[in-house]
Amino acid sequence: MIEAMNWELIRDVLSWVLFIVGGLGVVVGALGIVRFPDFFTRLHAAGITDTAGAELIVFAMMLQAPNWLVVVKLGFIAAFLALTSPVATHAIAHAAWMTGFRPMEGPDLRYEGDGK
Amino acid sequence: MGRFLILVVVLGAIWLLLSGYFDKTLLLIFGAASSIFTAWLAKRSGILDDEGVPGGIFPGIIGYTFWLVFEIGKANIMVARQALAVEPKLSPKLFYAPNPPRSRLGKVIFGNSITMTPGTVTVDLREEQILVHGLTEELADVDGIHDMGERVARIERARA
Repeated sequence: MIEAMNWELIRDVLSWVLFIVGGLGVVVGALGIVRFPDFFTRLHAAGITDTAGAELIVFAMMLQAPNWLVVVKLGFIAAFLALTSPVATHAIAHAAWMTGFRPMEGPDLRYEGDGK
Repeated sequence: MGRFLILVVVLGAIWLLLSGYFDKTLLLIFGAASSIFTAWLAKRSGILDDEGVPGGIFPGIIGYTFWLVFEIGKANIMVARQALAVEPKLSPKLFYAPNPPRSRLGKVIFGNSITMTPGTVTVDLREEQILVHGLTEELADVDGIHDMGERVARIERARA
């Protein structure tokens, strides 16, 4: 009985830690999207939301699941998120590259051929 | 035939885990039938190759996944620090890195691993080289990316 309660407590604490860290990941990613200077650098900020944010929140939900079938389904969601989000990121990055969009480069954030 | 059986077993397992019916005989028969039908459709449309059913990347991919999760964690912290810094010290840069994996599947795993790691995005994938956009000097680490590519190439070679 006491052991069962302890497990509940450990589970709650762990999942809340994961929820908070994952939520922070989403917020930091969003902040980065607003703060970073150009399209390509903003993609990197979105990467935080894609990986740390989404995956940690799914793991936290796995700890709160009522039975193991739900855990398995959340596992599928985590796996498919991990497999598809980089594909989407690459698709837009490659599309930008192919249409001739060039990133800012160097520590002073200049576009190539920018005469400053 | 081997790939066909693997696909039937995997599809059946996914059907079982998503439906949760373990003791309803009629439904189990339908599930098995739909798994076999789907695998037959895949065979008929000619996608039962090492890309459609990539059995060969196991078990190497499991260790690689753990390693990648660890790398993603480290890169996440680095990018998050830049996003929260009062004055972000960005030094974005486009660079070519070598592309060691030989098969198309290996190249896709490699390219997606780079994109998934925050701070590096695969912009263009070629036969011998891979064009990567890095967020800072520290993250745009050609040797680190080459090391990742060698790991993917090792998984690929293990099955040969």
